[in-house]
Amino acid sequence: MTQSPDFDLECLDISKNFGAFRAVKDVSFNIPSGSFFSILGPSGCGKTTLMRMIAGFEEPTGGDIRIKGRSVLGTPPNRRNVKMVFQHLALFPMMNVYENIAYGLRCNGVSGDHIKRKVHDVLERIALPDVAEREIHQLSGGQKQRIAIARCMVLDPDVLLLDEPLGALDLKLREAMKIELKLLQHQFNTTFVYITHDQSEALVMSDNVAIMNQGEFEQIGTPQELYHHPNTAFVAGFVGDSNRWSGTVKASDGSGGKVETAQGLSMSFNSSGKAAIQEGAKVDIFVRPEFIKTIRAAEADRQGSDGDNTMDGVVDSLLFNGANSRVLVRTGSGELVESDITITGDNDLKPGEDVRLVWSSKQAMCFAHQEHT
Amino acid sequence: MQNKDIKRLSLILLFAPFTLWIALLILLPHIGMVLLSFREKVAPRVYEYSFANYLEFVNEPIYWNTLLRTGTMSLLVTALALLIGFPIAYYIAKIAGPRSRGGLFLLCLIPLWVSDLIRAFGWILLLRETGVISSFLLWTGLISTPIEFLYNDVAVIIGLVYTVILFMIVPLVSTLDGMDNSMIEAGYNLGGNGFTVLRRIIIPYAMPGIVAGCIVTFMLTAGSYLTPILLGGKNSSWFTEQIYNQFITRFNWEGGAAFGMLLLIFTSFVIWLGLKLSGQTLANTVAKS
Amino acid sequence: MQLKTTLTGLLAATMLAGAGSANAETLRLLTWGSYAPDELIQKFEAEYPDIDVEVTFSNNEEMIAKLRATGGAGFDLAQPSHDRIYAAQLEYDIYKPLDLSKIDTDVMEAKLLDGVKENTTIEGEVYAVPHQWGTSGLMADKTKAPDFKGWGDLCDPAYKGKTSMRLKRTILLGTAFSMGEDPFAAYSDLEKYQGILDKVADKLIECKDNIKAYWKGGDDLSAMMLSGEIVASETWDSTAYKLYDQNENIVFVPPETGALAWIDTFALPRKGKADDAAYKWINFVLRPENVTLMSSSTGAIAAVKGGKDLLPEDKKAAVNAAFSDADIDNLKFFANIPPGVEDMEGKTLEKIKAATGG
Repeated sequence: MTQSPDFDLECLDISKNFGAFRAVKDVSFNIPSGSFFSILGPSGCGKTTLMRMIAGFEEPTGGDIRIKGRSVLGTPPNRRNVKMVFQHLALFPMMNVYENIAYGLRCNGVSGDHIKRKVHDVLERIALPDVAEREIHQLSGGQKQRIAIARCMVLDPDVLLLDEPLGALDLKLREAMKIELKLLQHQFNTTFVYITHDQSEALVMSDNVAIMNQGEFEQIGTPQELYHHPNTAFVAGFVGDSNRWSGTVKASDGSGGKVETAQGLSMSFNSSGKAAIQEGAKVDIFVRPEFIKTIRAAEADRQGSDGDNTMDGVVDSLLFNGANSRVLVRTGSGELVESDITITGDNDLKPGEDVRLVWSSKQAMCFAHQEHT
Repeated sequence: MQNKDIKRLSLILLFAPFTLWIALLILLPHIGMVLLSFREKVAPRVYEYSFANYLEFVNEPIYWNTLLRTGTMSLLVTALALLIGFPIAYYIAKIAGPRSRGGLFLLCLIPLWVSDLIRAFGWILLLRETGVISSFLLWTGLISTPIEFLYNDVAVIIGLVYTVILFMIVPLVSTLDGMDNSMIEAGYNLGGNGFTVLRRIIIPYAMPGIVAGCIVTFMLTAGSYLTPILLGGKNSSWFTEQIYNQFITRFNWEGGAAFGMLLLIFTSFVIWLGLKLSGQTLANTVAKS
Repeated sequence: MQLKTTLTGLLAATMLAGAGSANAETLRLLTWGSYAPDELIQKFEAEYPDIDVEVTFSNNEEMIAKLRATGGAGFDLAQPSHDRIYAAQLEYDIYKPLDLSKIDTDVMEAKLLDGVKENTTIEGEVYAVPHQWGTSGLMADKTKAPDFKGWGDLCDPAYKGKTSMRLKRTILLGTAFSMGEDPFAAYSDLEKYQGILDKVADKLIECKDNIKAYWKGGDDLSAMMLSGEIVASETWDSTAYKLYDQNENIVFVPPETGALAWIDTFALPRKGKADDAAYKWINFVLRPENVTLMSSSTGAIAAVKGGKDLLPEDKKAAVNAAFSDADIDNLKFFANIPPGVEDMEGKTLEKIKAATGG
């Protein structure tokens, strides 16, 4: 009975209904102690509701939530050792930094001297030792972020929930904070549950990511698994960029085969979904831009191609973005295909040039077609 | 150059009504009152400048007792309005749905659609010895002889709270409305119970609204006339009644003007004290809401 | 601040008064509520189509305050009581002398006309003529207070918590009479008058315990009396007559020391602009057929010959139930208020209000 639990947070068949609307449908997951776990999904997918249930602001309609192995159903939010960093941080503007951090300690009845020491400790750890007497409005965006985390961490929570806390920051700061958050998580060695709709935040920081859609978890896995081996068309489409074709399977051997797209193009694929793809089935095919090679038509014949899928087209435009530059190619059937290229500044592709696109069937992920995905 | 002149002219024209309003309806009458208050009648149609009217106030305990009484009762009314109004404002701003909000606001507004007089008569109908409440209690058998609820200070306070509570609720709703709900949730999340969240987070956040509401309520109450007169009993003196008596019954405009200035100074002092004690300024309270 | 706004508004009005000009065709009446019934105004306007009548309802104190604020401008005809002309004119110069040749003084009850003229003549000029008269006295519910007969009975412990009065000068004067004093005689010796006031104040403070509440207007007095919350009160006769209409047990009781009689007058504000229209109105309302209309609205008796007979039937019955001829002979007409008396009385009233009693 007293064995220490393996998971800081477990959710068992959690569901939440608002009237007839099912915001969260039977979601189950466990988070190993000390890991960085993200829940990634489009807005309205139920991730905020899920987090509010964990924090205790909403009661689940069904299922159980366990923190350190103990069910917290019926425990009011102020009694759960789950702290939360809010979307707009919710720092108290009428208190200075010191009081903001001390607030939780005071609520717990910690003695004065103790509070002083703990507050200064935590300020040291977030590398802001001198801001204790500052007012909230005197802090920069990044400093506020760190204070909001310190305010929770000073209470030694079992789990720290973060509700898109980077959303309000500008791009540059957001990039920096991603790294910083990851470092802070390592430093405190506390379980972080991070909610976001921004895949890059989730992929960069997380040990594990859950992809949530329409109240359900589509897939849980490491960022690499999700990126390279998505289980569903939704995950393939949501995580990372993809070129996407719809089509009908013309030949299949269970793990791969040939598809004719709606535009009448033929391409080969490897099945990625769990279910085997049958002949005649409607499917969606996803190919990531970095796996498509763009070769000048003139050179293509000479060079030959190492991919088993090819497509001819004309360069429509170049999207220069340094190392992440892309080319948009208009194919014979009129659709636009994105492909990564390296732009060197010397003898690059120009709009209007004839090119051939080449990719391997191994990189063509195929899923049974689903409506509205 | 010409363009600049036109701009300046239009600015002057734009502000002219405001300036005129301030000058003619606020500054001028007050200057008139101050001058009047320093006049002393020595014989019919003969006046001298002196402090006699103010000295009269100082030397007559009836006057300053009434002023103090008005002040204390007004503070009590303000406190009650805050106690009753805060939960209502909180409900409107934080709990009620957007649709019921309008309705609730309307409910608070309705009393202001009728005149002071009608409102006071409403209370008279309810509170009098043969009124609705007394008759009802008699009918239920809770009391055996009719009870007079009217003509005492409690009736005055009820009537005043009823009249002014909207002016407490409106600024409170507007400040509470501006408060991010997650602030309250953060208060709970970090371990605070309901009382702590109220005391350490909601009230400090709503302080500008509280102070603004209190100032308006206090001024309205201390300056009200009809409600204390109509609902008050044999001993319920109100300072505005003294001013009225000076002006109208005693034909003593000079004394009345002095009393008016004294009321203004007294209420201003109370408000100044309140601001000092609560650490607020006029700029971030009344001017804001 | 509401009162203050009113007052500042009043002052502002003073300053703007010079700018506002009155239409010569408009007759601006400053009078008591019910002293300008719609029916009469319509009749008057039909007879004089070029005159519009505008009415402002007020009371003695406010009439004087309004006229004082404007130096007598803003109105063309005012109707203060006869005792409010002399001192107000001396102090504030708000009226102008009447041209008696333009008024049908023949129809007026000679005794009342002479009394008013005597009271309102300054340096040979007459400033007011009588319009309506009535009394202040007591009323009682005969079934519950059959022996009620004097001002002092308001303080009779037998009626503890069942009587009411208005905290104004009338009750001071009535109480003084009931204590055997003659306050009007003491007007000439203000020191003596102060002595009387002090005695009256002591009596009324002692009496406070006996009073249910001070009434403030006809409406709350009527409500208390009709509901039986009080059984007797100081009253205006007109209010008592109205209640008699609804409950025959409630009668006006002329106090044994004499009911206090007032005469509401016609007076011209100093800066009035439609004197001719004002004279026309005066003569118009003095006509017998109009007197009845007016009296049925005011509940008071017109100061014309046979005024009592011109009362509407119901009022006539109430008056007859209240007054015997002896009572009429015993009337005490309010004497002219010399300068300073209002202030003394006001202070006494404040003292009574502030004293802690019941």
